[in-house]
Amino acid sequence: MLKWLLVCATAFAQTPGRPATDAEIKSMDYTVLPNGAGLPKGKGDAAQGRFLYEQKCQECHGERGEGQSGKYPPLAGGAGSLKSLKPVKTVGSYWPYATTLFDYIRRAMPYDHPRSLSTDDVYSLSAYVLFMNGIVTENQELNEKNLPQVKMPNRNGFVPDPRPDIKPKQK
Amino acid sequence: MRPPTRRRFFALSAPLLGLTACKKTVPSEIGAPLSAYGERSPHEKSVRSVKESVTPGSGATFTPLQDLEGIITPSSLHYERHHAGIPDIDPAQHQILVHGLVERPLIFTMDDLRRFPSISRIYFLECSGNSNLEEAGDPQPTPQSSAGLLSCSEWTGVPLSSLLHAAGLKPEAKWVVAEGADACMMARSIPIEKALDDILVAYAQNGEPLRPAQGYPVRLVVPGWEGNINVKWLHRLHVLNQPAMTRDETSHYTDLMPDGTARIFTFEMEAKSIITRPAGGQMLGHGPGSYEVTGLAWSGGGKIQRVEISTDGGATWKDAVLQDPILSKAATRFRFEWNWNGQPAALQSRCTDETGYVQPSLDDLVRVRGRFAYYHCNAIKTWFVKQDGSVSHA
Repeated sequence: MLKWLLVCATAFAQTPGRPATDAEIKSMDYTVLPNGAGLPKGKGDAAQGRFLYEQKCQECHGERGEGQSGKYPPLAGGAGSLKSLKPVKTVGSYWPYATTLFDYIRRAMPYDHPRSLSTDDVYSLSAYVLFMNGIVTENQELNEKNLPQVKMPNRNGFVPDPRPDIKPKQK
Repeated sequence: MRPPTRRRFFALSAPLLGLTACKKTVPSEIGAPLSAYGERSPHEKSVRSVKESVTPGSGATFTPLQDLEGIITPSSLHYERHHAGIPDIDPAQHQILVHGLVERPLIFTMDDLRRFPSISRIYFLECSGNSNLEEAGDPQPTPQSSAGLLSCSEWTGVPLSSLLHAAGLKPEAKWVVAEGADACMMARSIPIEKALDDILVAYAQNGEPLRPAQGYPVRLVVPGWEGNINVKWLHRLHVLNQPAMTRDETSHYTDLMPDGTARIFTFEMEAKSIITRPAGGQMLGHGPGSYEVTGLAWSGGGKIQRVEISTDGGATWKDAVLQDPILSKAATRFRFEWNWNGQPAALQSRCTDETGYVQPSLDDLVRVRGRFAYYHCNAIKTWFVKQDGSVSHA
Protein backbone atom coordinates (compact mmCIF):
# COMPACT_ATOMS: atom_id res chain seq x y z
CA MET A 1 0.00 0.00 0.00
CA LEU A 2 2.74 2.40 1.02
CA LYS A 3 4.64 1.41 -2.07
CA TRP A 4 1.61 2.22 -4.25
CA LEU A 5 1.17 5.59 -2.61
CA LEU A 6 4.79 6.34 -3.26
CA VAL A 7 4.48 5.34 -6.90
CA CYS A 8 1.41 7.55 -7.30
CA ALA A 9 3.02 10.50 -5.55
CA THR A 10 6.13 10.17 -7.68
CA ALA A 11 4.05 9.91 -10.85
CA PHE A 12 2.17 13.11 -9.97
CA ALA A 13 5.32 14.94 -9.05
CA GLN A 14 6.75 14.08 -12.45
CA THR A 15 3.72 15.27 -14.41
CA PRO A 16 4.70 18.34 -16.41
CA GLY A 17 2.94 21.56 -15.48
CA ARG A 18 2.37 23.34 -12.18
CA PRO A 19 -0.77 23.85 -10.08
CA ALA A 20 -2.87 26.84 -11.12
CA THR A 21 -3.88 29.15 -8.28
CA ASP A 22 -7.47 30.28 -7.79
CA ALA A 23 -6.42 33.83 -8.62
CA GLU A 24 -4.83 32.72 -11.89
CA ILE A 25 -7.93 30.78 -12.85
CA LYS A 26 -10.20 33.70 -11.97
CA SER A 27 -8.17 36.12 -14.07
CA MET A 28 -8.30 33.87 -17.15
CA ASP A 29 -11.77 32.33 -16.87
CA TYR A 30 -14.07 34.00 -19.40
CA THR A 31 -16.51 31.11 -19.79
CA VAL A 32 -20.20 31.98 -19.49
CA LEU A 33 -22.73 29.15 -19.67
CA PRO A 34 -26.38 29.31 -20.81
CA ASN A 35 -27.46 28.69 -17.19
CA GLY A 36 -25.62 31.85 -16.13
CA ALA A 37 -22.62 30.17 -14.54
CA GLY A 38 -19.61 32.43 -15.00
CA LEU A 39 -21.61 35.65 -15.39
CA PRO A 40 -19.96 38.45 -13.40
CA LYS A 41 -22.00 40.50 -10.94
CA GLY A 42 -23.30 43.64 -12.61
CA LYS A 43 -26.26 45.33 -14.27
CA GLY A 44 -27.41 47.56 -17.07
CA ASP A 45 -30.40 48.48 -19.22
CA ALA A 46 -31.07 49.49 -22.81
CA ALA A 47 -31.41 53.17 -21.97
CA GLN A 48 -27.81 53.18 -20.72
CA GLY A 49 -26.79 50.83 -23.54
CA ARG A 50 -28.10 53.18 -26.24
CA PHE A 51 -25.53 55.84 -25.37
CA LEU A 52 -22.69 53.30 -25.38
CA TYR A 53 -23.93 51.80 -28.63
CA GLU A 54 -23.87 55.17 -30.36
CA GLN A 55 -20.31 55.76 -29.14
CA LYS A 56 -18.79 52.34 -29.73
CA CYS A 57 -20.91 50.13 -31.99
CA GLN A 58 -23.03 52.15 -34.37
CA GLU A 59 -20.26 53.07 -36.81
CA CYS A 60 -20.05 49.44 -37.93
CA HIS A 61 -23.35 47.85 -36.94
CA GLY A 62 -25.58 50.77 -38.00
CA GLU A 63 -28.06 53.06 -36.31
CA ARG A 64 -30.67 50.35 -35.87
CA GLY A 65 -28.34 47.34 -35.79
CA GLU A 66 -28.84 46.74 -39.50
CA GLY A 67 -25.11 46.20 -40.14
CA GLN A 68 -23.45 46.92 -43.50
CA SER A 69 -23.93 44.33 -46.18
CA GLY A 70 -20.82 42.22 -46.72
CA LYS A 71 -18.82 44.19 -44.16
CA TYR A 72 -20.39 44.15 -40.71
CA PRO A 73 -23.05 41.72 -39.56
CA PRO A 74 -26.54 42.92 -38.64
CA LEU A 75 -27.52 42.64 -34.97
CA ALA A 76 -31.25 43.21 -35.26
CA GLY A 77 -34.12 42.32 -37.55
CA GLY A 78 -34.72 39.23 -39.62
CA ALA A 79 -37.57 37.97 -37.44
CA GLY A 80 -39.41 35.17 -39.22
CA SER A 81 -36.97 35.16 -42.16
CA LEU A 82 -35.12 31.90 -41.51
CA LYS A 83 -37.44 29.79 -43.71
CA SER A 84 -37.50 32.37 -46.49
CA LEU A 85 -35.29 32.70 -49.56
CA LYS A 86 -33.63 35.68 -47.85
CA PRO A 87 -32.80 34.46 -44.36
CA VAL A 88 -31.32 37.15 -42.10
CA LYS A 89 -29.47 35.72 -39.11
CA THR A 90 -29.27 38.22 -36.24
CA VAL A 91 -29.18 38.13 -32.45
CA GLY A 92 -32.95 38.46 -32.51
CA SER A 93 -33.81 36.07 -35.31
CA TYR A 94 -31.16 33.40 -34.75
CA TRP A 95 -29.12 33.41 -31.52
CA PRO A 96 -30.42 30.82 -29.05
CA TYR A 97 -29.00 32.24 -25.79
CA ALA A 98 -28.72 35.77 -24.37
CA THR A 99 -25.70 34.58 -22.37
CA THR A 100 -23.82 34.11 -25.65
CA LEU A 101 -24.45 37.74 -26.52
CA PHE A 102 -23.02 38.91 -23.18
CA ASP A 103 -20.06 36.54 -23.52
CA TYR A 104 -19.22 37.63 -27.04
CA ILE A 105 -19.46 41.38 -26.33
CA ARG A 106 -17.35 40.92 -23.20
CA ARG A 107 -14.57 38.91 -24.84
CA ALA A 108 -14.47 40.29 -28.37
CA MET A 109 -16.15 43.68 -28.79
CA PRO A 110 -15.60 46.40 -29.90
CA TYR A 111 -13.64 44.64 -32.64
CA ASP A 112 -10.65 47.01 -32.36
CA HIS A 113 -10.78 47.36 -28.55
CA PRO A 114 -11.83 44.02 -27.09
CA ARG A 115 -12.22 43.79 -23.31
CA SER A 116 -12.22 47.58 -22.93
CA LEU A 117 -15.82 47.67 -21.62
CA SER A 118 -16.79 47.47 -17.95
CA THR A 119 -19.04 44.65 -16.78
CA ASP A 120 -21.98 47.06 -16.44
CA ASP A 121 -21.27 48.37 -19.96
CA VAL A 122 -21.54 44.83 -21.28
CA TYR A 123 -24.88 44.28 -19.51
CA SER A 124 -26.12 47.62 -20.88
CA LEU A 125 -25.05 46.86 -24.45
CA SER A 126 -26.52 43.36 -24.25
CA ALA A 127 -29.77 44.94 -23.08
CA TYR A 128 -29.70 47.47 -25.93
CA VAL A 129 -29.13 44.82 -28.61
CA LEU A 130 -31.97 42.76 -27.15
CA PHE A 131 -34.13 45.91 -27.00
CA MET A 132 -33.45 46.64 -30.71
CA ASN A 133 -34.84 43.18 -31.36
CA GLY A 134 -37.92 43.75 -29.22
CA ILE A 135 -36.86 41.08 -26.73
CA VAL A 136 -36.58 43.31 -23.61
CA THR A 137 -38.04 46.72 -22.81
CA GLU A 138 -35.98 49.88 -22.70
CA ASN A 139 -35.82 50.15 -18.92
CA GLN A 140 -35.63 46.46 -18.05
CA GLU A 141 -32.51 45.93 -15.94
CA LEU A 142 -30.40 42.93 -16.91
CA ASN A 143 -28.01 41.37 -14.43
CA GLU A 144 -26.24 38.10 -13.69
CA LYS A 145 -29.46 36.63 -12.26
CA ASN A 146 -32.00 37.40 -14.96
CA LEU A 147 -29.92 37.43 -18.16
CA PRO A 148 -30.11 33.60 -18.47
CA GLN A 149 -33.92 33.84 -18.13
CA VAL A 150 -34.29 36.05 -21.22
CA LYS A 151 -36.35 34.08 -23.71
CA MET A 152 -34.68 34.19 -27.12
CA PRO A 153 -37.12 33.81 -30.04
CA ASN A 154 -35.04 31.10 -31.77
CA ARG A 155 -34.16 29.21 -28.59
CA ASN A 156 -35.72 25.99 -29.94
CA GLY A 157 -34.54 26.46 -33.51
CA PHE A 158 -31.50 24.19 -33.32
CA VAL A 159 -31.35 20.47 -34.04
CA PRO A 160 -28.57 17.92 -33.56
CA ASP A 161 -26.44 16.74 -36.47
CA PRO A 162 -28.47 14.15 -38.43
CA ARG A 163 -25.78 13.32 -40.98
CA PRO A 164 -25.33 11.26 -43.06
CA ASP A 165 -28.47 12.83 -44.48
CA ILE A 166 -28.15 12.65 -48.25
CA LYS A 167 -29.41 9.64 -50.18
CA PRO A 168 -28.39 9.56 -53.85
CA LYS A 169 -31.34 10.08 -56.19
CA GLN A 170 -32.23 6.81 -57.95
CA LYS A 171 -31.21 6.99 -61.57
CA MET B 1 -1.88 11.58 -85.78
CA ARG B 2 -0.87 12.30 -82.23
CA PRO B 3 2.30 10.77 -80.87
CA PRO B 4 1.56 8.02 -78.36
CA THR B 5 3.80 9.49 -75.67
CA ARG B 6 2.11 10.67 -72.57
CA ARG B 7 2.04 14.43 -72.35
CA ARG B 8 2.06 16.39 -69.23
CA PHE B 9 -0.73 18.80 -68.66
CA PHE B 10 0.24 22.45 -68.46
CA ALA B 11 -1.80 25.24 -66.98
CA LEU B 12 -2.39 28.34 -69.07
CA SER B 13 -0.14 30.35 -66.86
CA ALA B 14 2.79 27.95 -67.16
CA PRO B 15 5.66 29.17 -69.37
CA LEU B 16 5.87 27.68 -72.81
CA LEU B 17 9.06 25.80 -72.10
CA GLY B 18 9.44 24.52 -75.63
CA LEU B 19 9.92 27.95 -77.15
CA THR B 20 12.67 29.05 -74.80
CA ALA B 21 14.49 25.76 -74.35
CA CYS B 22 18.16 25.46 -75.36
CA LYS B 23 18.71 29.19 -74.96
CA LYS B 24 21.46 29.43 -72.36
CA THR B 25 20.22 26.94 -69.76
CA VAL B 26 23.65 26.41 -68.17
CA PRO B 27 25.14 29.65 -66.85
CA SER B 28 28.86 30.36 -67.05
CA GLU B 29 28.83 32.68 -64.02
CA ILE B 30 28.87 31.52 -60.41
CA GLY B 31 25.36 31.25 -59.04
CA ALA B 32 23.75 32.76 -55.94
CA PRO B 33 25.48 32.14 -52.61
CA LEU B 34 24.36 29.90 -49.77
CA SER B 35 21.66 31.27 -47.50
CA ALA B 36 20.56 30.73 -43.92
CA TYR B 37 16.86 30.44 -44.71
CA GLY B 38 15.61 29.19 -48.05
CA GLU B 39 13.25 30.88 -50.48
CA ARG B 40 11.45 29.41 -53.47
CA SER B 41 12.52 30.11 -57.02
CA PRO B 42 11.64 33.62 -58.19
CA HIS B 43 9.99 31.93 -61.17
CA GLU B 44 7.31 30.43 -58.90
CA LYS B 45 4.45 32.82 -58.21
CA SER B 46 1.66 30.70 -56.76
CA VAL B 47 0.01 32.45 -53.80
CA ARG B 48 -3.03 32.35 -51.55
CA SER B 49 -5.90 34.58 -52.66
CA VAL B 50 -6.43 37.52 -50.33
CA LYS B 51 -9.68 39.44 -50.39
CA GLU B 52 -9.78 43.14 -49.58
CA SER B 53 -11.61 43.63 -46.31
CA VAL B 54 -12.64 46.46 -44.03
CA THR B 55 -11.48 44.24 -41.15
CA PRO B 56 -8.23 42.78 -42.50
CA GLY B 57 -7.65 40.70 -39.36
CA SER B 58 -10.86 38.86 -40.06
CA GLY B 59 -11.54 36.83 -43.15
CA ALA B 60 -9.95 34.04 -45.14
CA THR B 61 -7.24 33.29 -47.67
CA PHE B 62 -7.48 30.32 -50.01
CA THR B 63 -4.87 27.68 -50.84
CA PRO B 64 -3.96 27.48 -54.57
CA LEU B 65 -4.90 23.80 -54.86
CA GLN B 66 -4.36 23.78 -58.63
CA ASP B 67 -0.64 24.47 -58.18
CA LEU B 68 0.10 21.86 -55.51
CA GLU B 69 1.62 18.41 -55.86
CA GLY B 70 1.32 15.37 -53.62
CA ILE B 71 -0.72 15.78 -50.45
CA ILE B 72 1.21 18.22 -48.24
CA THR B 73 0.37 21.91 -48.38
CA PRO B 74 3.44 24.14 -47.95
CA SER B 75 2.93 25.98 -44.64
CA SER B 76 3.27 29.31 -46.43
CA LEU B 77 0.27 28.39 -48.61
CA HIS B 78 -1.93 26.84 -45.90
CA TYR B 79 -5.35 28.48 -45.97
CA GLU B 80 -6.10 31.09 -43.30
CA ARG B 81 -9.26 31.91 -41.43
CA HIS B 82 -8.91 34.37 -38.59
CA HIS B 83 -11.52 36.18 -36.51
CA ALA B 84 -9.42 39.00 -35.03
CA GLY B 85 -6.00 38.89 -36.65
CA ILE B 86 -2.83 36.95 -35.90
CA PRO B 87 -1.48 37.58 -32.39
CA ASP B 88 2.24 38.01 -31.81
CA ILE B 89 2.96 35.54 -29.00
CA ASP B 90 6.26 35.04 -27.20
CA PRO B 91 6.50 31.28 -26.62
CA ALA B 92 8.59 31.84 -23.49
CA GLN B 93 5.62 33.69 -21.94
CA HIS B 94 2.87 31.49 -23.31
CA GLN B 95 0.87 29.21 -21.00
CA ILE B 96 -2.03 26.81 -21.26
CA LEU B 97 -4.45 26.66 -18.33
CA VAL B 98 -6.41 23.44 -17.76
CA HIS B 99 -9.24 23.92 -15.24
CA GLY B 100 -12.86 23.20 -14.44
CA LEU B 101 -13.98 19.65 -13.68
CA VAL B 102 -10.47 18.37 -12.96
CA GLU B 103 -8.76 17.11 -9.82
CA ARG B 104 -5.77 19.44 -10.22
CA PRO B 105 -6.02 22.66 -12.28
CA LEU B 106 -2.67 22.95 -14.06
CA ILE B 107 -0.70 25.51 -16.03
CA PHE B 108 1.64 24.32 -18.76
CA THR B 109 4.43 26.30 -20.36
CA MET B 110 5.65 25.38 -23.82
CA ASP B 111 8.59 23.63 -22.14
CA ASP B 112 6.16 21.66 -19.96
CA LEU B 113 4.21 20.64 -23.03
CA ARG B 114 7.28 19.19 -24.73
CA ARG B 115 8.00 16.99 -21.72
CA PHE B 116 5.01 14.82 -22.69
CA PRO B 117 5.54 12.16 -25.37
CA SER B 118 4.72 13.72 -28.78
CA ILE B 119 3.45 12.22 -32.00
CA SER B 120 3.39 13.37 -35.64
CA ARG B 121 0.39 12.77 -37.89
CA ILE B 122 -0.70 13.94 -41.33
CA TYR B 123 -4.21 15.45 -41.24
CA PHE B 124 -6.23 17.71 -43.49
CA LEU B 125 -7.82 20.89 -42.17
CA GLU B 126 -10.91 22.25 -43.88
CA CYS B 127 -12.91 25.33 -42.99
CA SER B 128 -16.54 24.29 -42.71
CA GLY B 129 -17.39 27.28 -44.90
CA ASN B 130 -15.32 25.80 -47.73
CA SER B 131 -17.30 25.63 -51.01
CA ASN B 132 -20.27 27.47 -49.48
CA LEU B 133 -20.74 29.50 -52.66
CA GLU B 134 -21.19 26.24 -54.61
CA GLU B 135 -24.14 25.36 -52.41
CA ALA B 136 -25.45 28.93 -52.65
CA GLY B 137 -25.66 28.56 -56.44
CA ASP B 138 -22.56 30.56 -57.31
CA PRO B 139 -20.11 28.04 -58.82
CA GLN B 140 -16.52 29.19 -58.39
CA PRO B 141 -14.09 29.45 -61.31
CA THR B 142 -10.98 27.70 -59.93
CA PRO B 143 -10.04 24.92 -57.48
CA GLN B 144 -8.62 27.67 -55.26
CA SER B 145 -11.79 29.71 -55.10
CA SER B 146 -14.07 26.68 -55.03
CA ALA B 147 -12.35 24.54 -52.37
CA GLY B 148 -9.17 26.38 -51.29
CA LEU B 149 -10.12 26.41 -47.60
CA LEU B 150 -8.62 22.93 -47.51
CA SER B 151 -5.00 22.19 -46.66
CA CYS B 152 -3.05 19.20 -45.38
CA SER B 153 0.00 19.14 -43.13
CA GLU B 154 2.08 16.94 -40.92
CA TRP B 155 1.33 18.08 -37.37
CA THR B 156 3.46 17.33 -34.32
CA GLY B 157 2.19 17.67 -30.80
CA VAL B 158 1.01 16.08 -27.60
CA PRO B 159 -2.27 14.17 -27.37
CA LEU B 160 -4.85 16.39 -25.66
CA SER B 161 -5.68 13.37 -23.50
CA SER B 162 -2.21 13.63 -21.91
CA LEU B 163 -2.95 17.13 -20.59
CA LEU B 164 -6.44 16.19 -19.43
CA HIS B 165 -5.22 13.05 -17.67
CA ALA B 166 -2.43 15.00 -16.00
CA ALA B 167 -5.06 17.32 -14.54
CA GLY B 168 -7.31 14.36 -13.70
CA LEU B 169 -10.82 14.43 -15.18
CA LYS B 170 -13.74 14.31 -12.78
CA PRO B 171 -16.48 11.80 -13.65
CA GLU B 172 -18.93 14.55 -14.63
CA ALA B 173 -16.55 15.95 -17.28
CA LYS B 174 -18.42 15.91 -20.60
CA TRP B 175 -17.12 18.84 -22.68
CA VAL B 176 -13.90 20.83 -23.02
CA VAL B 177 -13.99 24.48 -24.04
CA ALA B 178 -10.83 25.41 -25.94
CA GLU B 179 -9.98 29.11 -26.09
CA GLY B 180 -7.44 30.95 -28.22
CA ALA B 181 -5.25 33.89 -27.26
CA ASP B 182 -6.28 35.95 -30.27
CA ALA B 183 -7.89 39.35 -29.68
CA CYS B 184 -11.43 37.90 -29.75
CA MET B 185 -10.46 34.87 -27.61
CA MET B 186 -12.21 32.56 -30.04
CA ALA B 187 -13.64 29.60 -28.14
CA ARG B 188 -15.29 26.29 -29.01
CA SER B 189 -16.75 23.40 -27.01
CA ILE B 190 -15.54 19.88 -27.75
CA PRO B 191 -17.20 16.64 -26.57
CA ILE B 192 -15.01 14.76 -24.10
CA GLU B 193 -15.03 11.58 -26.22
CA LYS B 194 -13.27 13.41 -29.05
CA ALA B 195 -10.98 15.23 -26.61
CA LEU B 196 -9.77 11.86 -25.32
CA ASP B 197 -9.58 10.28 -28.76
CA ASP B 198 -7.24 11.75 -31.37
CA ILE B 199 -6.92 15.51 -30.78
CA LEU B 200 -3.40 16.93 -30.79
CA VAL B 201 -2.08 19.94 -28.90
CA ALA B 202 0.21 20.76 -31.80
CA TYR B 203 3.29 22.93 -31.76
CA ALA B 204 4.80 22.02 -35.12
CA GLN B 205 3.69 21.80 -38.74
CA ASN B 206 5.61 20.23 -41.59
CA GLY B 207 8.76 19.85 -39.52
CA GLU B 208 9.01 23.39 -38.14
CA PRO B 209 7.26 25.38 -35.41
CA LEU B 210 3.72 26.41 -36.35
CA ARG B 211 3.49 29.50 -38.50
CA PRO B 212 1.91 32.46 -36.64
CA ALA B 213 -1.09 32.27 -38.97
CA GLN B 214 -1.53 28.63 -37.97
CA GLY B 215 -1.57 29.21 -34.23
CA TYR B 216 2.02 29.77 -33.09
CA PRO B 217 3.14 28.64 -30.62
CA VAL B 218 0.41 26.03 -30.02
CA ARG B 219 -2.99 25.02 -31.40
CA LEU B 220 -5.47 22.20 -31.37
CA VAL B 221 -5.61 19.83 -34.31
CA VAL B 222 -8.97 18.07 -34.22
CA PRO B 223 -8.68 15.38 -36.93
CA GLY B 224 -11.50 15.30 -39.46
CA TRP B 225 -13.54 18.03 -37.78
CA GLU B 226 -14.41 21.49 -39.07
CA GLY B 227 -11.52 23.95 -39.14
CA ASN B 228 -13.00 26.40 -36.64
CA ILE B 229 -12.82 23.92 -33.77
CA ASN B 230 -9.06 23.46 -34.34
CA VAL B 231 -8.49 26.39 -31.98
CA LYS B 232 -5.29 28.34 -32.72
CA TRP B 233 -3.09 30.14 -30.19
CA LEU B 234 -4.50 27.78 -27.55
CA HIS B 235 -4.24 29.19 -24.01
CA ARG B 236 -7.12 27.72 -22.02
CA LEU B 237 -8.92 24.40 -21.71
CA HIS B 238 -12.03 24.52 -19.52
CA VAL B 239 -13.50 21.12 -18.61
CA LEU B 240 -17.30 21.32 -18.19
CA ASN B 241 -20.40 19.16 -17.94
CA GLN B 242 -22.04 21.00 -20.88
CA PRO B 243 -21.10 23.05 -23.95
CA ALA B 244 -20.59 26.79 -23.42
CA MET B 245 -22.71 27.70 -26.48
CA THR B 246 -20.13 30.24 -27.63
CA ARG B 247 -20.81 32.65 -30.47
CA ASP B 248 -18.83 30.48 -32.89
CA GLU B 249 -20.89 27.36 -32.20
CA THR B 250 -24.33 29.01 -32.21
CA SER B 251 -24.60 32.11 -34.38
CA HIS B 252 -21.87 30.82 -36.71
CA TYR B 253 -20.86 27.33 -37.86
CA THR B 254 -24.47 26.15 -37.59
CA ASP B 255 -26.23 25.03 -40.76
CA LEU B 256 -29.55 26.68 -41.65
CA MET B 257 -31.99 24.23 -43.26
CA PRO B 258 -34.89 25.02 -45.61
CA ASP B 259 -37.43 24.49 -42.79
CA GLY B 260 -35.81 27.28 -40.76
CA THR B 261 -34.15 25.01 -38.21
CA ALA B 262 -30.37 24.99 -37.90
CA ARG B 263 -28.07 22.07 -37.24
CA ILE B 264 -25.75 22.59 -34.29
CA PHE B 265 -22.47 20.76 -33.50
CA THR B 266 -22.02 19.48 -37.06
CA PHE B 267 -18.39 18.66 -36.42
CA GLU B 268 -17.24 16.14 -39.01
CA MET B 269 -16.17 17.18 -42.49
CA GLU B 270 -17.71 14.54 -44.72
CA ALA B 271 -15.90 12.89 -47.63
CA LYS B 272 -15.11 15.29 -50.46
CA SER B 273 -12.90 15.51 -53.52
CA ILE B 274 -12.02 17.96 -56.25
CA ILE B 275 -10.16 17.73 -59.52
CA THR B 276 -7.34 20.26 -59.39
CA ARG B 277 -5.97 19.67 -62.94
CA PRO B 278 -7.39 20.08 -65.49
CA ALA B 279 -9.74 22.51 -63.83
CA GLY B 280 -11.33 25.93 -64.20
CA GLY B 281 -8.94 28.61 -65.45
CA GLN B 282 -6.69 26.06 -67.19
CA MET B 283 -6.29 24.79 -70.72
CA LEU B 284 -5.87 21.43 -72.40
CA GLY B 285 -3.03 22.93 -74.34
CA HIS B 286 -2.07 20.16 -76.74
CA GLY B 287 -5.33 19.34 -78.50
CA PRO B 288 -6.98 15.92 -78.34
CA GLY B 289 -4.95 13.18 -76.74
CA SER B 290 -3.77 11.90 -73.41
CA TYR B 291 -3.96 14.03 -70.26
CA GLU B 292 -3.61 13.29 -66.59
CA VAL B 293 -6.59 14.15 -64.41
CA THR B 294 -5.50 14.64 -60.81
CA GLY B 295 -6.85 16.04 -57.58
CA LEU B 296 -7.38 15.54 -53.88
CA ALA B 297 -9.87 13.56 -51.81
CA TRP B 298 -10.31 13.63 -48.03
CA SER B 299 -12.76 12.54 -45.36
CA GLY B 300 -13.35 13.26 -41.70
CA GLY B 301 -14.74 9.73 -41.55
CA GLY B 302 -11.36 8.07 -42.09
CA LYS B 303 -9.42 6.81 -45.10
CA ILE B 304 -10.37 7.44 -48.69
CA GLN B 305 -11.26 4.08 -50.22
CA ARG B 306 -12.14 5.01 -53.79
CA VAL B 307 -12.20 7.93 -56.19
CA GLU B 308 -14.11 7.71 -59.45
CA ILE B 309 -13.85 10.07 -62.39
CA SER B 310 -16.60 11.01 -64.80
CA THR B 311 -15.89 12.88 -68.03
CA ASP B 312 -19.56 13.06 -69.02
CA GLY B 313 -21.06 14.96 -66.10
CA GLY B 314 -21.75 11.94 -63.93
CA ALA B 315 -23.39 9.60 -66.47
CA THR B 316 -20.54 7.08 -66.33
CA TRP B 317 -17.67 6.60 -63.88
CA LYS B 318 -14.21 5.00 -63.94
CA ASP B 319 -11.86 4.39 -61.03
CA ALA B 320 -8.92 6.70 -60.49
CA VAL B 321 -5.65 5.45 -59.04
CA LEU B 322 -5.09 6.42 -55.39
CA GLN B 323 -1.51 7.41 -54.68
CA ASP B 324 0.15 6.18 -51.50
CA PRO B 325 0.11 7.12 -48.72
CA ILE B 326 -3.63 6.78 -48.08
CA LEU B 327 -4.01 8.06 -44.52
CA SER B 328 -7.00 8.48 -42.25
CA LYS B 329 -8.34 12.06 -42.19
CA ALA B 330 -5.58 13.20 -44.56
CA ALA B 331 -5.71 14.38 -48.15
CA THR B 332 -5.25 11.57 -50.68
CA ARG B 333 -3.89 12.30 -54.16
CA PHE B 334 -5.73 10.62 -57.05
CA ARG B 335 -4.65 10.27 -60.67
CA PHE B 336 -6.48 9.23 -63.81
CA GLU B 337 -5.24 8.92 -67.38
CA TRP B 338 -7.72 10.44 -69.77
CA ASN B 339 -7.72 10.37 -73.52
CA TRP B 340 -9.57 13.50 -74.56
CA ASN B 341 -11.38 13.11 -77.84
CA GLY B 342 -11.54 16.85 -78.45
CA GLN B 343 -15.26 17.08 -77.71
CA PRO B 344 -16.89 19.09 -74.87
CA ALA B 345 -16.63 17.21 -71.59
CA ALA B 346 -17.79 17.63 -67.98
CA LEU B 347 -15.18 16.40 -65.49
CA GLN B 348 -16.17 15.25 -62.02
CA SER B 349 -14.56 13.32 -59.18
CA ARG B 350 -16.56 11.33 -56.62
CA CYS B 351 -14.95 9.78 -53.55
CA THR B 352 -15.97 7.04 -51.15
CA ASP B 353 -14.46 6.70 -47.67
CA GLU B 354 -13.78 3.60 -45.63
CA THR B 355 -17.19 3.86 -43.92
CA GLY B 356 -18.83 3.43 -47.33
CA TYR B 357 -20.00 7.06 -47.41
CA VAL B 358 -20.18 8.38 -50.99
CA GLN B 359 -19.65 12.06 -51.86
CA PRO B 360 -23.00 13.47 -53.01
CA SER B 361 -23.86 15.41 -56.15
CA LEU B 362 -24.63 19.11 -55.68
CA ASP B 363 -28.26 18.46 -56.70
CA ASP B 364 -28.68 15.75 -54.07
CA LEU B 365 -27.08 17.93 -51.39
CA VAL B 366 -29.18 21.00 -52.21
CA ARG B 367 -32.36 18.88 -52.31
CA VAL B 368 -31.84 18.08 -48.61
CA ARG B 369 -30.01 21.12 -47.26
CA GLY B 370 -31.18 23.95 -49.49
CA ARG B 371 -29.06 26.93 -50.51
CA PHE B 372 -28.42 28.61 -47.15
CA ALA B 373 -26.72 25.96 -44.98
CA TYR B 374 -23.49 27.91 -45.62
CA TYR B 375 -21.30 25.28 -43.95
CA HIS B 376 -20.22 21.69 -44.67
CA CYS B 377 -20.79 21.63 -48.44
CA ASN B 378 -19.00 18.51 -49.74
CA ALA B 379 -20.73 18.20 -53.09
CA ILE B 380 -19.14 17.00 -56.33
CA LYS B 381 -17.59 19.83 -58.37
CA THR B 382 -17.91 19.94 -62.16
CA TRP B 383 -15.37 21.39 -64.60
CA PHE B 384 -16.49 21.97 -68.19
CA VAL B 385 -14.05 21.39 -71.06
CA LYS B 386 -14.84 23.23 -74.28
CA GLN B 387 -13.81 22.15 -77.75
CA ASP B 388 -10.97 24.68 -77.80
CA GLY B 389 -9.49 22.98 -74.73
CA SER B 390 -10.40 25.71 -72.24
CA VAL B 391 -11.69 24.54 -68.88
CA SER B 392 -14.20 26.51 -66.82
CA HIS B 393 -16.76 26.29 -64.05
CA ALA B 394 -19.76 26.90 -66.27
